[in-house]
Amino acid sequence: MNLTLNVWRQRNAQDKGHFLEYQAKDIGPDMSFLEMLDQMNEDLIKQGSEPVAFDSDCREGICGMCSLVINGVPHGAQFQSGSAACQLHMRKFKDGDVITIEPWRAKAFPAVKDLVCDRSAFDRIIQAGGYISVNTGGTPDANTIPVPKPAAERAMDAAACIGCGACVAACKNASAMLFVAAKVSHLTTLPQGQVEAKERVQKMVARMDQEGFGHCTNQSECQAVCPKEISVDFIAQMNREYLKSL
Amino acid sequence: MAASGAALAGFVVAHLAGNLQIFLGQEAVNRYAHFLKSTPGLLWSARLFLLAMGALHVVTSAQLNREARAARPEPYAGKAYIKASPASRTMFASGLIILGFIVYHLLHFTFLKLHPQYGQLTDALGRHDVYSMMVLSFLNPLICAAYIVPVFCLCLHLSHGLSSLFQSLGINTERSRAGLAAGAVVFAWGLFAGYAIIPIACQLGWVKLP
Repeated sequence: MNLTLNVWRQRNAQDKGHFLEYQAKDIGPDMSFLEMLDQMNEDLIKQGSEPVAFDSDCREGICGMCSLVINGVPHGAQFQSGSAACQLHMRKFKDGDVITIEPWRAKAFPAVKDLVCDRSAFDRIIQAGGYISVNTGGTPDANTIPVPKPAAERAMDAAACIGCGACVAACKNASAMLFVAAKVSHLTTLPQGQVEAKERVQKMVARMDQEGFGHCTNQSECQAVCPKEISVDFIAQMNREYLKSL
Repeated sequence: MAASGAALAGFVVAHLAGNLQIFLGQEAVNRYAHFLKSTPGLLWSARLFLLAMGALHVVTSAQLNREARAARPEPYAGKAYIKASPASRTMFASGLIILGFIVYHLLHFTFLKLHPQYGQLTDALGRHDVYSMMVLSFLNPLICAAYIVPVFCLCLHLSHGLSSLFQSLGINTERSRAGLAAGAVVFAWGLFAGYAIIPIACQLGWVKLP
């Protein structure tokens, strides 16, 4: 199939950026969305043009590097929910489609180049409190701290977050609540994480605000685009933890 | 936002309970109105509290709106929504309509500046005849429309606001979220039915002048 792509081009962080139209030719239905971009880039290189920069790493939906807003929705979740853009295949499109591709847009995720943005704000939120302090010493025996099965399951659901930032990209307020809630809930649900629960939620929320993310108005767009389908229930849990910590 | 919204929603419920006394007849409505007027301490503390909550709600929404705009300086070329409800996407617009309606509504029924011809009536006991004021007002189809449309916006606003409240205050759990959200929507539209039935009843002649 042949497609028309409207792709965001931006030389660097200072550049204003603009859309450019490209033709993607002879795209097979079994290609992933990123492979389609690879093929388009190869054509661009052959023509002597600068290829389009985009983030990718594992290409199997688990690393959280891909960050494309496809026709106004992060990861193209309107075509296929619960997957990252790398797992979206071209069979979801048809010949002659016009596809608009933009980067994540948020003040806290400054543009780097084309479709690449800087998501280190998430790393700084984790550094603020998204960990469990462990004193050094001998390795403790496994299972010395009993973890109830429902807590283990729930913590694992939250831990599924791959930190891609689609929640921020989808939110009309560019809020990072789903990401921070997943991290807070993951650790606070486990007995090992309860020791620092109050401090953690305070520090992580403060850092989130400091990074310039917006607030949550409970539209659940974040959950709808999340490749790991993290539930907004964790946002309620974080709000509860926050109120308890005051 | 959530706390002030909850207080205001509480008032919307209490106000409906007062209004629905129209179905009990002239005596009930006028007695209730007279009771409110004759306890100025209670009336004015409620009014000041509501004014403060309303102001807080408007100020926090303006502040959050400003933060949200700052958080995304460069907009998307084409933003598409896949989950957000129509009510949640129109909160700002419905809020502005409600604000305008409150001013109109107070000028109409509280300060008696608009449509004053309905506001000067007294009943057999010499009390302000609120019952006749309501019925006469709602016999005018234009006043009915100017009432029902903003009340629709109010209930649309509440249908998102009430479910949002449980989330923001951390009341929702995995088990309760779907139920509370659905309950909030049903509750909001129940309020709309309760408010809308009054002008409809006046128009259809179910509620008559004494």
